[in-house]
Amino acid sequence: MNRLAPLALLALAAILPFAGVYPLFLTKCLTFALFAMAFNLFTGYVGLLSIGHASFFGMGAYIAGYAAKAWGMPTPIALLAGIAVATALGAAFGAIAIRRRGIYFAMITLALAQMVYFFCSQAPFTGAEDGLQNIPRGTAFGLPIGNDLVFYYFVLALTVLAYLFIQTIIAKPFGETLQAIRDNEPRAISLGYDVRTYKLVAFTISAAIAGLAGSLKAFALGVATLPDVHWTQSGNVILMCLLGGMGTALGPIVGAVVIVLLENQLGSLGVIRLGVVSIDLSTKAPIVIGIVFMLCVLLFRRGIVGELVAILGKRGLAAETAPSHTS
Amino acid sequence: MTILGLPIQVLLGQLTIGLINGSFYALLSLGLAIIFGLLNVINFAHGAFFMLGALAAWLALTVGAVNYWWALALAPLATGLFGIIVERLLLRRLQGLDHLYSLLFTFGLALAIEGTVRDIYGTSGLAYPVPAALRGPVDLGFMRLPAYRIWVVAVALVVCFGTWALIEKTRIGSYLRAGTENARLVQALGINVPLLVTLTYGFGVALAGLAGVLAAPIYQVQPQMGSSMLIIIFAVVVIGGLGSTMGTILTGLTLGVIEGLAKVFYPQASSTVVFMIMVVVLLLRPAGLFGKEA
Repeated sequence: MNRLAPLALLALAAILPFAGVYPLFLTKCLTFALFAMAFNLFTGYVGLLSIGHASFFGMGAYIAGYAAKAWGMPTPIALLAGIAVATALGAAFGAIAIRRRGIYFAMITLALAQMVYFFCSQAPFTGAEDGLQNIPRGTAFGLPIGNDLVFYYFVLALTVLAYLFIQTIIAKPFGETLQAIRDNEPRAISLGYDVRTYKLVAFTISAAIAGLAGSLKAFALGVATLPDVHWTQSGNVILMCLLGGMGTALGPIVGAVVIVLLENQLGSLGVIRLGVVSIDLSTKAPIVIGIVFMLCVLLFRRGIVGELVAILGKRGLAAETAPSHTS
Repeated sequence: MTILGLPIQVLLGQLTIGLINGSFYALLSLGLAIIFGLLNVINFAHGAFFMLGALAAWLALTVGAVNYWWALALAPLATGLFGIIVERLLLRRLQGLDHLYSLLFTFGLALAIEGTVRDIYGTSGLAYPVPAALRGPVDLGFMRLPAYRIWVVAVALVVCFGTWALIEKTRIGSYLRAGTENARLVQALGINVPLLVTLTYGFGVALAGLAGVLAAPIYQVQPQMGSSMLIIIFAVVVIGGLGSTMGTILTGLTLGVIEGLAKVFYPQASSTVVFMIMVVVLLLRPAGLFGKEA
């Protein structure tokens, strides 16, 4: 199951555009899946909650968009610029925030992210309330990524690469150490691990991938706006991971798709009538998101993938142990 | 008369505005600190409760023709009651889990409350008139100030120091302090800790509601008024540390004043100065000014 599920998901992602699903919508799903994977790499495996990841996502979007639009940089270079700025920001945030643990860490990342938000709302290059618009896509490595379908496969390839990269570092001693720190920090310290450096490196990598996600989002939708750096975006990505399954490989992807789909569907459903009451669902997204959030925390803390793994794990365990009892 | 090239009126004007913001910071961070102390919950919905307090006052006036003075008592009561219901029915279920879950739960609650208010009333802001008795300026000798602003600072100070006295000088306060140190031991001594927890949450939320009523005539009643305030409050709490009641109050007031001064000398930084101070404090004294290292 562990080997097959990602491949099945990839196959599904590859054929969906031919099943009538809009490539742009799928691309949006992928960029948020990337964002959630980045967030999960840090919060899921280090166990510290960041409420500042929107900064990396949003700044990635702004920088990549500005580089492409105002300086006419080719798309790959603009992507690298977005990632570079997000990485630098991540290293700075991390260096400050990892001085504290638990809820303090969460509050500090939120406060730092708010600084970035204020900066973006005042800086001349972000276009303030209007944001950056009509960000051009151009070409990448000879591919006409101006075409939505081609761009979708471009983003899909990058998402797969990022997934493999994350899975590799999680499986390496680096990832094992991160989980050891998450599960018992004093023990990791007593074993001689430089806990702070591990946390900082993980946070910076996470910020870099979030920057990539934001940059790709800017190119996908052609806009970079203030909501990208707002704290509600940080909340969104937390919810995606929580809903899909924090600390699981595929959870962030599943969670991101569900949330993007939910927002999209609510927006297009419009007004529904229940007897005499008519409800305009298109404006209810924040309320629904908030309620899903509370339900996840109260009833469903392992998330969709986490619950599935638990069920299958139990069954698998039963299947393995059953014969040994009979023999 | 000028100080540092600025007319003293401008300087004092910004100082008082800073003091008013500082009063809100103090009231809100005090509630946040009390709740965290006993419940180990970072109440992300604190800003939403602040907004609900303001909204309750506006609704009371517009729908029920209840005046400001009654709202001052009723709106905090109503928000506090709402908080108690939330704690009893939902938040309680997260006891004993990682603190992050209660933070995330209140985060969702804040989103839902803010979203609902925005859906019903829009984002443009509802005007709340200054009560008649407090309209008009007061001459302080060196400058004239709107009476309402002096009133806000006075009420906030009285409530903050009253709360401090309640926690530090009374029997129920000693239960609270003991519960903050070791809730299980206090329970073993025959004190009803679950009730204490519920009342503490209600009290902290009611403080936020009171701040909301005080804020209604100054800012307009807007759905997002709480969340922007909340993030500053978090920075205040990080700067002060969650170690002492008085420390929290003083940090809130001081940061408001510093923010006011920043508006005079370097307006671009006024919205971020609190966060910059937070960074500096973290680099020099990670546990916060009054905090104990956790």
